[in-house]
Amino acid sequence: MSGILNSSIGRKFAMALSALFLMIFLLQHFTINLLSVFSADAFNEVSHFMGTFWLIQYVLQPVLIFGVIFHFIMGFVLEIRNRNARQVSYAKNNGAANSSWMSRNMIWSGLAILAFIGLHFYDFWLPEINTKYIQGDMSGLLANGEFRYFEELQHKFVDIWRVVLYCIAFIFLALHLLHGFSSAFQSTGMNNKYSKGLQSFGKAYAIIIPLGFIFIALFHHFTH
Amino acid sequence: MALDSKVPKGPIKDKWTNYKNKIDLVNPANKRNIDVIVVGTGLAGGSAAATLAELGYNVKAFCFQDSPRRAHSIAAQGGINAAKNYQGDGDSTYRLFYDTVKGGDYRSREANVYRLAEVSANIIDQCVAQGVPFAREYGGLLDNRSFGGVLVSRTFYAAGQTGQQLLLGAYSAMNRQIGRGKIKMYNRHEMLDVVKVDGKARGIITRNLITGEIERHSAHAVVLGTGGYGNVFFLSTNAMGSNVTAAWKAHKRGAYFANPCYTQIHPTCIPVSGDHQSKLTLMSESLRNDGRIWVPKHMKDVEAIKAGTLKPKDLAEEDRDYYLERRYPAFGNLVPRDVASRAAKERCDAGFGVNATGEAVFLDFASAIQRYGKEQAHVKGLNENDAALVTKLGQEVVKNKYGNLFQMYEKIVDQDPYNTPMMIYPAVHYTMGGIWVDYNLMTTVPGLYCIGEANFSDHGANRLGASALMQGLADGYFVLPYTIGDYLSNDIRTGPISTESKEFEEAEKEVREKLNFFVTNEGKHSVDYFHKRLGKIMWNKVGMSRNVQGLTEAISEIKALREQFWKEVKVPGTNEEYNEELAKAGRVADFLELGELFAKDALNREESCGGHFREDSVELDGEQKGEALRDDENFAYVAAWEYKGEPSDAVLHKEQLEFNDIELKQRSYK
Amino acid sequence: MMNLTLKIWRQKNASDKGSMVDYKVSDISPDMSFLEMLDVLNEQLINNNEEPVAFDHDCREGICGMCSLYINGEAHGPDRGVTTCQLHMRMFKDGDTITIEPFRATAFPVVKDLIVDRSSFDRIQHAGGFISVNTSGNTIDANAIPVNKHDADKAFEAATCIGCGACVASCKNSSAMLFVGAKVSQFALLPQGKVEATDRVLNMVKQMDEEGFGNCTNTGACEVECPKGISLENIARMNREYLAASLKG
Repeated sequence: MSGILNSSIGRKFAMALSALFLMIFLLQHFTINLLSVFSADAFNEVSHFMGTFWLIQYVLQPVLIFGVIFHFIMGFVLEIRNRNARQVSYAKNNGAANSSWMSRNMIWSGLAILAFIGLHFYDFWLPEINTKYIQGDMSGLLANGEFRYFEELQHKFVDIWRVVLYCIAFIFLALHLLHGFSSAFQSTGMNNKYSKGLQSFGKAYAIIIPLGFIFIALFHHFTH
Repeated sequence: MALDSKVPKGPIKDKWTNYKNKIDLVNPANKRNIDVIVVGTGLAGGSAAATLAELGYNVKAFCFQDSPRRAHSIAAQGGINAAKNYQGDGDSTYRLFYDTVKGGDYRSREANVYRLAEVSANIIDQCVAQGVPFAREYGGLLDNRSFGGVLVSRTFYAAGQTGQQLLLGAYSAMNRQIGRGKIKMYNRHEMLDVVKVDGKARGIITRNLITGEIERHSAHAVVLGTGGYGNVFFLSTNAMGSNVTAAWKAHKRGAYFANPCYTQIHPTCIPVSGDHQSKLTLMSESLRNDGRIWVPKHMKDVEAIKAGTLKPKDLAEEDRDYYLERRYPAFGNLVPRDVASRAAKERCDAGFGVNATGEAVFLDFASAIQRYGKEQAHVKGLNENDAALVTKLGQEVVKNKYGNLFQMYEKIVDQDPYNTPMMIYPAVHYTMGGIWVDYNLMTTVPGLYCIGEANFSDHGANRLGASALMQGLADGYFVLPYTIGDYLSNDIRTGPISTESKEFEEAEKEVREKLNFFVTNEGKHSVDYFHKRLGKIMWNKVGMSRNVQGLTEAISEIKALREQFWKEVKVPGTNEEYNEELAKAGRVADFLELGELFAKDALNREESCGGHFREDSVELDGEQKGEALRDDENFAYVAAWEYKGEPSDAVLHKEQLEFNDIELKQRSYK
Repeated sequence: MMNLTLKIWRQKNASDKGSMVDYKVSDISPDMSFLEMLDVLNEQLINNNEEPVAFDHDCREGICGMCSLYINGEAHGPDRGVTTCQLHMRMFKDGDTITIEPFRATAFPVVKDLIVDRSSFDRIQHAGGFISVNTSGNTIDANAIPVNKHDADKAFEAATCIGCGACVASCKNSSAMLFVGAKVSQFALLPQGKVEATDRVLNMVKQMDEEGFGNCTNTGACEVECPKGISLENIARMNREYLAASLKG
């Protein structure tokens, strides 16, 4: 596999595989978050399971983190190499004539998402790690004996600025996915009679998931 | 020097086989010590370079384009003939041979044409093995179409891009050898002279078109596959860079130039739209299968159409002159190229041309659209009397058959050919004449070979459709690589040819002097100015229809123009850089000499044959009145011209043509 | 008749820095091709004792792939399915300003003015753009191996690439994958090409990478600007071929 990574197509393939993995993760994350809208209890149960089950914590979580970092680093590497492939740029370039804004600006939507992930880690992941592995509290309970997950979630969305930042980030996520979804399939070599349907599905995915996340953020902001 | 065609003895069908069996070969170890230069990388040059390298020779290949893949063979549309008889319609080597000789109006060498027909089937095998994607039928086997009015379906094709696919096949074979180091490829190099040492061709002088560097390249033999000279007319369907320079330099070094006046003028090209025009675009001959050619019967309608007050499709049937159907009821719109072209010119000269310049006729698909539309309506069980429906269905059928050509026409002319007839006019397309070669494809200079359109050999006075690709590949893949061995077998002990000899030095000096002249001459007209004027003289006086007076005038006008050129040509820039004007100047200088020899040859040939039509050699009465008349008694020869300084001093040598396997007949299409 | 302002990249040679220079041309007929318009400019420059603009061109009927030019921000200009030589001036209006630049890519260095060196494409083909078969005259009969018409047609469509480089020029990453994908696909789809498919795709991609082309990010610009409409499907096929070959090889 490392040999492949030295080739353009290998890198493209790795980029696509990590993207597909992240899209599956995103779907799972979305599903759990959506539970919070319908049932605080169910959300708490699942969150506790996810936060304490060894397979997820010690195997899937590192894989996920690796996936995220890999996707970003590879994205930067490709961007730099691609910029080097044209050292003198055009005086006049009409990119809009032949390609979508999303496809030409993956690096910028990606950077916006990276910034968001920083914020998101600061908001949720770091406190989680702190509680569980530094303070050693694996109970998932508040002082009053109830699960803490739903409470923490609602608490975060009190601040309107955080909600706004989250919503903006989700818009960038949508833009990133609008190109990224079908691009990942093309990179892995899938382009056949199912591609059209898959593209429509990708468009729906790219809009529904971020929109859902926005809904969830707003929901908690207003129902708090 | 007497011309010896070196045609082997024996019955025609055994000549090539027996000859190959007895030919001298070079053993593989010795081939490694032998260098061959191939100039030009079209179908002929490309296939020859690849095959020679496969055999083990060290090949140096040259092209003026930025890649061998861009040679003008790439523009051939229709297809390639081969006597495979896959359709079981009675085709055979003999029939292809017969059709080619007859199509060439009995002015080609029988033995060469038979060999061409013989190896034609191998070409298809070879190209398929290389991955050339020919059109196929649903069963997975190769498809054929009929072409150029012959009686069988023997044309293999790849949509309208057969030349492209075949050239890319040859290019891929070259690539393999370039990758192996057996071909050293020189792109953007133009050959400016042949170098002879001890009477043998031993190298060439080239100019690197990027840096202007003049280089010497030596080899044991030199092969020219440099294409035709149609651009002597300025406007032609040739590429802008197509030129006669390599062939002409060879001619100046002793290679005889044969039948320069044999030019093919293709009837279905997009007409000239104005003085700015730089080149003409061909529309495939296949369009004549369904299109009907006409002009208005009455002058008042011509004027109304030109003025835009009458739409061509509104002109009543009885006011139209379908002149091909009128003159040639048997073949109608499917007469051979030369006949169709002359008939269009005749109508336009009489004032019936339908566009602003008066040089266009209509090619009308309306009746084909109606016919196909009715057929479709019937098949689908729809109302055959619904005019709009029938037109729509008919247009769909036509679109399936010729969609890409219709689109190309619309892009260029900005008219929709589904709704208004196309306008077409003949244009210079191919030159059957070229460097004289013997059966081995060797010129009159030992060690100098000439293949493809650049030589004169196989098409006589008129080429059939889909035969140019066949000849280029036959020469390059299957003929030259054998016959050159016969010559090179004497060179196994020669060792590398030095480029330090006085012959190379002198040739280089001459080349440099000429280039220096151009960049230092303080002239007042651009190269194109002269090229366009030459083209006008050629088109008006040495074009589709020729007479003594016009030809005599052309000779003196070209001579005068040449003199003016050498005084007044203006070339900006220097030699030591990319300088297209300088490259063009050298090419036009050679066209200005060739043009005169061309007219001289046309004046000498007092008969009409194939693409060469002399107004003083026509049938005087009977059914064929006014049609071309061949004179086999006096002109059944190849006119090979020897260079002696000025074109007017060129000496004529005759190779008498013998027809032992085909009976000579006058062509009739009535 | 039109009067136009042209902004053209002028660069004396490969080592010169180069810059955009403005020119005016007048009395341009809408029936002219774009290159004929440049012919008019050059005739004008020569008559004024200036150096004409160098540009590549040859067949002028859209098949040789020699002409290039980045016109108003698009390879081969604003029309679709045509090369620059088939682009006609009726696509422009009187008074327009037209920006004309060379195809830009590190792997396509400028030779002079609007001419670039595309020999990197040739070198990719040397690496594997062929089927290894010698000319013999007795290769197996052309009809001995039937080829599924669907595959044959797809192979033909891929093979219609003219190697002009518009894909590279249009791609924001200067990627050559449409060009390479087309060649890989043509042979991969035909039985006679399958024999050495593994080595072919590995070698061609390796050479492509060495030439300094960028990586495909699937923007699809190449497919839109390709004068021959070569499909992105060919890049996907190359990706598949490459991955399969890597696992094998």
